Amino acid sequence: MPDPIRRAADPDSAPDAVRLRGVGFGYGGRPAVLRDVNLSLPNGSFHFLTGPSGAGKSSLLRLLTLAARPQAGRISLFGQDVTQLPRREVPALRRRMGVIFQDFRLLDHLSAFDNAALPLRLAGERPADYAADVQEMLRWVGLGGRLDALPPTLSGGEKQRLAIARAVVARPRLILADEPTGSVDRPMGEKLMRLFQSLNKLGATVLIASHDEALAERSGTAVLRLEGGRLAQIAPASSAGPEAQS
Amino acid sequence: MIGLMRNGQPELLPREAGGERWLVVVIAVLCFLASIAAVGALAADRAAHGWAGHLRAEATVQVRPRVDETGPAAAARAAETLAGVKGVAEAQAMDRKAAEALLRPWVGEAVLPDLPLPYLVVVRLDPKAPASAPSLSRALAEAGLDASVDDHSLWRGEVERSAGLITALAGAAFLLIAAATAAAIAYATRAGMAAQAAVIETLSLNGASDGAIASLFQQRFGVLAATAGAAGAGLAALMLAALRLIGGEGGLTPALPLAFGDLLALIACPLLAGAVAVLAARLTALAKLGGRR
Repeated sequence: MPDPIRRAADPDSAPDAVRLRGVGFGYGGRPAVLRDVNLSLPNGSFHFLTGPSGAGKSSLLRLLTLAARPQAGRISLFGQDVTQLPRREVPALRRRMGVIFQDFRLLDHLSAFDNAALPLRLAGERPADYAADVQEMLRWVGLGGRLDALPPTLSGGEKQRLAIARAVVARPRLILADEPTGSVDRPMGEKLMRLFQSLNKLGATVLIASHDEALAERSGTAVLRLEGGRLAQIAPASSAGPEAQS
Repeated sequence: MIGLMRNGQPELLPREAGGERWLVVVIAVLCFLASIAAVGALAADRAAHGWAGHLRAEATVQVRPRVDETGPAAAARAAETLAGVKGVAEAQAMDRKAAEALLRPWVGEAVLPDLPLPYLVVVRLDPKAPASAPSLSRALAEAGLDASVDDHSLWRGEVERSAGLITALAGAAFLLIAAATAAAIAYATRAGMAAQAAVIETLSLNGASDGAIASLFQQRFGVLAATAGAAGAGLAALMLAALRLIGGEGGLTPALPLAFGDLLALIACPLLAGAVAVLAARLTALAKLGGRR
């Protein structure tokens, strides 16, 4: 494993990294996307979240990033109830997360380097302090020769790798990924999975949403399945996972 | 504190965050108009003070001769009396020729010889301590003269009221232009935020606070407005300077005497435009971000 993850967050002995209790969520007047979801992800755990399209995987990630608030139930992150967290306190919480979006959410006017460095820059770190780490991370995901490239000039796979580099460069305690290997070939996908596993071994809690159940099974980690807005665990059994569903 | 605009680092907002080119033109035009209004107010104020000063420095006395005294003799006696009053620099009886010369443009030559004219004394007052109308009347009465004193206070009041009105109107125009600038900035900020919603969300999800995001817009629009304000004020200064040069000493017209010194006031225009823009952009951005989940 390369250096970029050498500073990953230490395992946290505090309460679960993620805890959902009776969470319900929907958009406007449409039927609920999530219904009475109960979930506990201990610190340092690694989970796949699978389910068919529209099952609510992305919505669940939106709730965990506080991009949306639940209409029912409570959400705790790192032992803190964030269900009604004041907006001014959200940025500090988000700096403890690394989020990989299905649509990458790269800033097209910034170079690959500046995109990857974004969380560090927003956290107030000096370029001199993070430049080497960012370059190393980009090299590791295969973008070492494209530091100055703008996202519109990158292929889909390169964008995805850049999005992953940005999500993990600040060594977050919680990594949330929405289809993180959807646009890369299988060898790169497995390499990226090894990166997530390494970060997980160094203490980060990882939750990966993917429709690719084969990839989830190959990983040998706990798999959660969302279907009809409800959560169930498939395999393998773990101390973490969904709790009693009503 | 999150540093979003460090030297040597690229801006986190794309160059064209939302209709900025037209905004430069709009703010430059508004600042041009504000500059004209400001210099116009200064010129009007100066003109009004000049006219009021002239009126304050003079008084006119109309003498009504006694039955045993001719008009010119009464006027001469009044002039002599008034010349001795404290606060009077000079008093001179106006002879018939001078009075006819004043009236000739209005009544023509034909009727002048038969026209009964008032006997007037023109009094030039000491500008530092001018004599009051009652003191002049009292001196004339003590000398046994039947006369009325006009110290031009009626006209002076009208001129000063007019000057005040012009200044107030210019001030109101200035405030309206500032409000229009703020509204344009607020609109542009909203448009920019709508156009850059994805960028804002990405920044937010990567840990940027609302204040830090708002500061991106306030810096962007503050610099833009200050630049546009400098362009508008500069154009106005060039135009006014040209008018001043064409108009010579009196400016373009004696009624609105321009002075090169007035142009210094325009230095404030870009600063004010920038300040209004910073405030409008910040308040708008924070209000809009606050409405998001």
